[in-house]
Amino acid sequence: MSEPSLVVLVGNPNCGKTALFNALTGSRQKVANYAGVTVERKEGVHISPDGVRIHVVDLPGIYSLSPKSPDEMISREAVLGASKELGGVDAIVAVVDATHLERMLGIVLELKALNRPMILALNMMDLARQRGLDLDLELLEKELGCPVVPTVAPQGEGIGPLVHAIRALAQMPRKETSAPLATTAKSRFQEVDAIIRRVTRKSGSPEEATRKIDRVLLHPVGGLAILGAVLTLVFQAVFAWASPFQDAIENLFKAIGDKVTHLLSAGPFQDLLVNGVIAGVGSVLVFLPQILILFFFILIMEDTGYLARAAFLLDRLMGKVGLSGRSVIPLLSSYACAIPGIMATRTIAHRDERMVTLLVAPLTTCSARLPVYTLLISAFIPNLAVWGGLHLQGLVLLGLYLLGVVSPLVMAWIFRTWLFRTRTALMVLELPTYKLPLFKDLILGMWNRAKIFTRRAGTVILTLSIALWFLTSYPGHTILESYAGILGKWLEPLLSPLGFDWRIAVGLIPGMAAREVMVSALGTIYAVEGVGDAAQAQLGKVISSQWGLPTALSLLVWFVFAPQCLSTLAVIRRETQTYRWPAFVFGYMLLLAYGASWITYHVAVAWGV
Amino acid sequence: MSVLKTLDALRPGEKARVVEVRMEPSMLQTLEDLGIFAGAMTEVYYEGPLGRDPMAVFVRGSLIAIRRADAKHIHVTTEEFQLS
Repeated sequence: MSEPSLVVLVGNPNCGKTALFNALTGSRQKVANYAGVTVERKEGVHISPDGVRIHVVDLPGIYSLSPKSPDEMISREAVLGASKELGGVDAIVAVVDATHLERMLGIVLELKALNRPMILALNMMDLARQRGLDLDLELLEKELGCPVVPTVAPQGEGIGPLVHAIRALAQMPRKETSAPLATTAKSRFQEVDAIIRRVTRKSGSPEEATRKIDRVLLHPVGGLAILGAVLTLVFQAVFAWASPFQDAIENLFKAIGDKVTHLLSAGPFQDLLVNGVIAGVGSVLVFLPQILILFFFILIMEDTGYLARAAFLLDRLMGKVGLSGRSVIPLLSSYACAIPGIMATRTIAHRDERMVTLLVAPLTTCSARLPVYTLLISAFIPNLAVWGGLHLQGLVLLGLYLLGVVSPLVMAWIFRTWLFRTRTALMVLELPTYKLPLFKDLILGMWNRAKIFTRRAGTVILTLSIALWFLTSYPGHTILESYAGILGKWLEPLLSPLGFDWRIAVGLIPGMAAREVMVSALGTIYAVEGVGDAAQAQLGKVISSQWGLPTALSLLVWFVFAPQCLSTLAVIRRETQTYRWPAFVFGYMLLLAYGASWITYHVAVAWGV
Repeated sequence: MSVLKTLDALRPGEKARVVEVRMEPSMLQTLEDLGIFAGAMTEVYYEGPLGRDPMAVFVRGSLIAIRRADAKHIHVTTEEFQLS
C-alpha cells in the first residue's frame, strides 16, 4: 500500500494557502534559508492520527501556469513534476478562496488539464456560508474531475477529510502528466463562469466590510496620514516594547556567565567561555525581541491585507524613483533584515526594477543597526522631553530611520537613471479583502524568524565572537598589543578623517560580518565585564567619556550607509549569480558611508557640537 | 452610439466594459490572468493619493491596482450604463 510522501499547495495569492499550510503542519515546519513572506519554499510535515507522515510544501501564489517571475517559475515546475529540488509530487492540493471562486478557479482548470493527482480545497468556507453561498459540491467534483473538500483553515475544519482524500489519491494508478493547456485566460474564465453558474444553488452576498474600510484607509489624505501613523507606531513599539524582554535576556545571560565563572577555575578557557562565547551570543540575542516585534507588525500588515494598501498608497512615490508598489514589500521587509527583503525581490517580474530594489535594500534601516544606534544614542544624546511626549533620543532615532528611507530612494533613482534604464513594466497589484490575522499564523511566522535569527546568532556570530575574543586577547596582554589593536592602528590613518580612533576601527572589523557584533566588540575593547544592564550602561559611560559628540554622530551616519554585513552580500551573490553585484554594493555603500561620515564629522566639529 | 474611452478616463464609481487592450503580449497576459480582457466588466473604486495614481479597479470579484499610464491602453465602453 502506497502512502503519499509529498504534497504541494498551489493557488492564487491571497487564497489562504499559508493558513491551510499552518493548519496541516502546525509547528512541524521550516522555512528554508531566509524566507521572504511567501517567496521562499516553505516545507512542513503532517502527521496523521495513525502516524503517516506527509511532507507538505507551500508554493508561491500564482495566477496562471505561464509564469512571469522567478517564484512563479518555482510553482510551475513543482506542479509539472519538473522541480529538481522537490522531486516527485504525489498530489497537488489546489487551494481556492470560496468567496472568490470566479477569480480563483482559473488556475484550477489549468491544473486539472495536467492530469496529475489533484484535490480542490475550498478554503474560507465559513465566510462563504455566512454570506449565503450554497454550492452543489458533488456537481463541482464532477465538473472538475477531482475531489472537493471544504476547509476552514483557522478552525482546522476539513483537514481530516483533506488528508483522507490525499491518501485515497495515492492509491490510484498514476496517469501520464499532460502538457499545460494552450488556452487563453479569457477562455478559461469563460469556462469558470459556466461552471459556477451550474454548481451555484444560491449565490453569496458581496463583501461589504472591505469597501467600508478602504474608504478610510485608501482616502487620499486620511489614508496617507494613517499609513504614517502606523509606521511611526511600529518604530516606537520596536524601541519601547522590547526593553522589558531585553532586560530579561540580559539578566539570563549574566546569570549564566556568573554560574560559569564560579564553576570553572580562572584561566583562558573560563575567559573564552564567559567573555567570548556567553557575552558575545548574549549581546546579540538581546535584540531578538526587537526583531520579533517588527516582524509581528509586518506579519499583521501582510495577513490583514494592509501591506498591499501601503504598496498602493506609495506606488506613485516609488514610481518617481523608477520603482513600483511591488518594491514596497521587499523594501519594508528589509527594515527587519535585508536578507528576507532581497529574497522577496523575486516577486518583482521586471528585471531592472528587481535589480535596483535588490541593490538599494541594504540601505534600509535593518534591525541589526538598532543595537549600534541604541548604544550610541543612549551614550551621547540627552534624553530630553521635547514635544508631546516625544524624546530627543527617539527623534534622533527617527532621523536615522528617515536617512534609511531617503537614501534607498535616492540611490534607486540614480541607478534607474544611469544603470538600469528599461522602462517600468505594467504594474498590477491585487488588493485582497481584509481579514483578521490569525494568532496561530502570527506565532508561527514569528517562530520561524526567531529560529532563523538565533541560528545566525548561534553560528556566524558565535564564531565571530570567539575570533574577536582571540584577536583581542592575543598575542599581547593589553588590547594595544593584540592582533586587533595592530589591525586597528593600521586602519586608523584611513579612518581618522571621520573622527574614528583605532578602537572604533577594531570594532568595525568584526562589524563587517554582522553589524550587531560591533556592540559586543566595543564591550571587549573597552574591557567592560559581563553583560546586562550594568555593563551596557558602563559601556555607554566609558565611550561617552572617550569620544566627542562629532565622533558619535559620524559613527551613527557610518552605520546608516556602510556595507557592514557579509550575509547580505552573500545573498546578493546568490540572487544575481555573479560576484559583480555584491562587489558593486560593497563599493558604493562604502563610498557613501565614507563621504557621509566625513561630512557629518566636519560639520559637527565646525559647529562645535 | 457607444461611448468609447480609455480606463484612465473613468472616475471612482464609474463602470465600464473592456473593449480592447492594446499592449504587448506578455503584459496582455498578465492582465488576462487577472480577468482584464475584452468583454470584462470593470468599476473604478479608488484613486491613489498622489496624482490620483494608481487607480484601484474592481474586476472579477477583486480589487486590482493599476497605474494610470497602463490603464490608458485599456479601451472601454461606458455606453450601456450611462443609458440605464
